[in-house]
Amino acid sequence: MVTGRGRIVRTAQVWGPVGFFLLFALFPFYWMAITSIKPNSELYNKRLMPLLVHNPTLKHYIDLISQTHFLLWTWNTMLVAVIATAISLVLGTMLAYPLARMRFAGSSLMAMTVAAIYLVPQPLLFLPLADLINRLDLGNTLTSVILTYPTMLVPFCAWLLLGYFKTVPKELEEAARIDGASRLQTMRRVFLPLCTPGFISAGIFAFTLSQNEFLYALIFLTKSSVRTVPVGVIAELIRGDVFYWGQLMAGALLGSIPVAIIYSFFVEHYVAGLTSGSVKA
Amino acid sequence: MAVPSQSLIGLARPPRRAMTLSGWLDREAVFSWLMMALPLLFLAALVGYPFFYGILLSLEDRAVAKPGHFIGLRNFVTDFNDPIFWRVAVNTFVYTAVATVLKMVGGLALALAMNQHFRMKNLVRALLLLPFIVPTVLSTVAWLWMLDPAFSVVNRLLIEAGLVRSPGPSWLGNPGWAMFSIIMINTWRGLPFYGITLLAGLQTVPPELYEAATIDGASGWHRFRYVTVPLIKPVILIVTLFSIIFTFADFQLVYVLTHGGPQNATNLFATYAFDIGMNAGQLGLGASVALTMLPALALLIVALTLYMRKN
Repeated sequence: MVTGRGRIVRTAQVWGPVGFFLLFALFPFYWMAITSIKPNSELYNKRLMPLLVHNPTLKHYIDLISQTHFLLWTWNTMLVAVIATAISLVLGTMLAYPLARMRFAGSSLMAMTVAAIYLVPQPLLFLPLADLINRLDLGNTLTSVILTYPTMLVPFCAWLLLGYFKTVPKELEEAARIDGASRLQTMRRVFLPLCTPGFISAGIFAFTLSQNEFLYALIFLTKSSVRTVPVGVIAELIRGDVFYWGQLMAGALLGSIPVAIIYSFFVEHYVAGLTSGSVKA
Repeated sequence: MAVPSQSLIGLARPPRRAMTLSGWLDREAVFSWLMMALPLLFLAALVGYPFFYGILLSLEDRAVAKPGHFIGLRNFVTDFNDPIFWRVAVNTFVYTAVATVLKMVGGLALALAMNQHFRMKNLVRALLLLPFIVPTVLSTVAWLWMLDPAFSVVNRLLIEAGLVRSPGPSWLGNPGWAMFSIIMINTWRGLPFYGITLLAGLQTVPPELYEAATIDGASGWHRFRYVTVPLIKPVILIVTLFSIIFTFADFQLVYVLTHGGPQNATNLFATYAFDIGMNAGQLGLGASVALTMLPALALLIVALTLYMRKN
């Protein structure tokens, strides 16, 4: 009896608060999902119980794909995210390796500069950047965002990789140096292959941040055919005061899925990356 | 003693290496700066240059597609005489302060709730992080629908539960409720970041310390106050500074939910700069609004950078 009640109290102690946070975190996604499969007759009927779906339909998804450029937006988003992430990993590594391993005058000042640049928020730069992109005649090209996303992602990747690189033992590199390898050979053949987990963490973050970016895409991409998912959904499914809620929620859900899938595969790397910066610091 | 040994090192080291190109490239400083040259050039061109160009713009009467003239600080004078500007400043301050406190307190509660032993903990942790990883604009659209004036599910549930009278609050149409709503949604999105980071911090606290405190007669609250909090203080401080910077300069959430309305009740620095610079096409004036964020941001960024460096 006592142990039974103890277990119930313990379960309530754990799942009471955890359940509250789960409900708060996940309800909007549930609402997104069921809205996207409700027919309009249910969406805009106030007498029906709203939390359930009575006659599920895929109409909103079909409309979304056939009436808008959603598939093209998805392709644009992926292309931009993959290229921007690749550029940022390469440039970030080129910054982080010397800062993590070499001793030279100005290295700690450089490391702080990289951290500071990472913390500069977009709203401080978007107006001059918009003018610059205009003058370079890059408006309405994917190049505009492929070039500007790494301004946030390079310092970020460099900072995250810098922390990771410092945790890798130096012995192998020292052995390679004694065997006569140049610094570049040591870095490429010996050191970088040891850092795959660091690259995965930084890569997932960079990819997620690219998918999440809105302000630059909103300003630089005004033609439907070059838009990314967030801008396309906001700019074209909200038309004046008319909302297409079923399509909007279908778009929001489909747009979230790539990130969610990648995240679910690498969740441990993601959490490790999230917590390393602040906990190790 | 010191003098001869120094001169010996000076004689022995550099000349032979400096002879060959590969020897020169193998010097730590040379290798480092060559390696960093490309990324630094990139950042100088696309962060450094726009930054200083933005300062220049703020001193011009530049409009879209027109040449600008230098007008000194007149844009800033215009800002400081603009009642909306001050409204925006107060809004940004309130938004940042309240959301940060909510995220800190809620995040700590979330971390404490998660710092227990239970089954499926990794799954729960993964699910709790979803609001943070899903593209902000897309989840914010879901909130826009949940707070819709006619079909708000939040209102329908509140009415059903007897907590409010029909038709329920106008979440995004009433100035006070609109500010409340954007703060709540910012908290919803940022809470997992706080919670999971603080959880990682909690897990670094050695259990022996709690045992020792318990033996010395410390209550649960005392253990929390005198063991947990001092040990995770660095984590709390870093996460908080980090969150303040990005809440202060928030754009997406407000742009999607209210566009700064009703009557500028939720307009923040970033959205107001966007209004003036992009919608009204006054690049110079918009740049000046964005730059008024700089003193506070610079202070926060320097503080956070120095603190991360120190630890």
